[in-house]
Amino acid sequence: MRPRKLVWQVVREGLMHVALVPAGLVFLLPFFWMLSTSLKPDIQLYAYPPIWIPSPPNWLNYPNATTYITFWVYLRNTVTIAAGATIGALISCSLVAYSLARIPWPGRNALFIFTVATLMLPFQVTMIPLFIVFKNLGWVGDFRPLIVPHFFGGALYIFLLRQFFMTIPMELSEAARIDGSSEIRIYASIILPLAKPALATVAIFEVIARWRDYLGPLIYLKDQSTYTLSLGLYEYSSQYGREWGLLMAASVMMTLPIVLLFFFLQKVFVQGIALTGIKG
Amino acid sequence: MAVLLNASPRVRNTFYGVVFALPWLIGICAFWIYPTLASAYYSFTEFNAVQTPRWVGLRNYVELFTDDPEFIQAIWNTLYFASVSIVLAILFAFGLAMLLNARVHFQTVYRTVYFLPTLVPEVALALVWVYLFTPITGLVNLPFDWLGLRGPCWLTCPQWSIPTLILLALWIIGQQIILYLAGLQDVPQELYDASEVDGANFWHKLWNVTIPMMTPVIFFHLVTSVIGAMQFFAIPYVMTGGTGFPAGTTMFYSIYLYKNAFHYFSMGYASAMAWLLFLITLAITLVIFRSARLWVYYAGGEAK
Repeated sequence: MRPRKLVWQVVREGLMHVALVPAGLVFLLPFFWMLSTSLKPDIQLYAYPPIWIPSPPNWLNYPNATTYITFWVYLRNTVTIAAGATIGALISCSLVAYSLARIPWPGRNALFIFTVATLMLPFQVTMIPLFIVFKNLGWVGDFRPLIVPHFFGGALYIFLLRQFFMTIPMELSEAARIDGSSEIRIYASIILPLAKPALATVAIFEVIARWRDYLGPLIYLKDQSTYTLSLGLYEYSSQYGREWGLLMAASVMMTLPIVLLFFFLQKVFVQGIALTGIKG
Repeated sequence: MAVLLNASPRVRNTFYGVVFALPWLIGICAFWIYPTLASAYYSFTEFNAVQTPRWVGLRNYVELFTDDPEFIQAIWNTLYFASVSIVLAILFAFGLAMLLNARVHFQTVYRTVYFLPTLVPEVALALVWVYLFTPITGLVNLPFDWLGLRGPCWLTCPQWSIPTLILLALWIIGQQIILYLAGLQDVPQELYDASEVDGANFWHKLWNVTIPMMTPVIFFHLVTSVIGAMQFFAIPYVMTGGTGFPAGTTMFYSIYLYKNAFHYFSMGYASAMAWLLFLITLAITLVIFRSARLWVYYAGGEAK
């Protein structure tokens, strides 16, 4: 490589980083500030100019955050809902996607179009009648309205799994059929094992969606003992205003599991996002 | 089951196709078709969730447009927020993805950092923003101090509250950056090589190769974010408790709908709002779809 070209390349990449680094710092800011605030003693919370790194760090905010509200109860509720909904989504969506991708039946194109169309319907349209139905069933106030619907499929995950199932060669199914395997056997012992990456994507997306969900719990959970973490965060306030240190400590604890999940499964994430967007 | 052994493949396939799709067939009826029709019916009634709905014809719709300034304001707030935030999100996400795609070192580190804010639960994010954007003492006032200026009043005054929310929305474009990056990596290198042979510079290549090849991704981003922005709820609701403070400027469509349904128990009125939301979203999406043939380029030749 000629030296001038090399110099130009170094300069060019340098300029890129001049734009990329400040952007990165801006994106990190909310996360950093959450962490920094979570370690501040009360007197540093409103200091101005603000204190970037509290010294000494006040670690007590973390244990205190778990006792100021019933943190562990909220955590257990959140985990219960997320686990239930994710199991439901995995079972139902993979079955439906199998039907749409692997069985040639007359109604499947119509069903597929209908499936995609439900993505266009705002949540608010179905929100009120569903609330009335669950109220009449006596389910309002417990977890059932937040879990049971996920056992009946959801358009995004059906779409995602269908796209993935279609990439598995049809010959595999045909050979198994000739050997006398039933559809349920082909589904369970051929397709599902091959689709582990796509199933992992669905599981992660659903866990995170339920972990963050705010509107669902806000509508259906009435008693404090059933609250999830996203409702509980609102309780870090007293007559003097918000308890920022405790609130940020709790926020860090609520965010950390998702961030860890992301770091360990980054590839699954990125592929999943690309799969929903591009391969239409 | 034994009957099926002798059945024709067509009957057999239909049987299994329906059986496997059964959860979703039930789900569509129970969680989509029934509620959609029911909310259409409720929208013509007065209904408090306890007594039986009372038919009032078009009254809810008429009242929304003629006798409810808060509703009109909610529409404008939402459209203002949606249009500006979506355009800026496309520009920023596309721009950052372009920089990342330019074979720089630490690409995955940057991508991870840009994605981080989208992992923070919305409630936590909304609260940390309130804290960061506190007038005078909040951290974001520092750069203004350095310049000897006073930071704006951010979320606490009417002229700044929506611009601040638009700014905040730009923090959570990590998913879109990943989408654009994936799209950029799919652009065939031959196209760039060929245009370089023809003497194209950076801007020629951007305008004639990159942007046309990326229009399907931009299209997807546009459609999904219109649907998303029209339902903007959790962040402003957490920030203000749904009060619309200051001066109703953070009263967004979905918040006003939620309040009518679950604070005032005007289920009929809220259902009318929900259907209007659906129709508005549908109209905007249809316009985007119709316009697609003018500006979206499909490499395969034919639009799907």
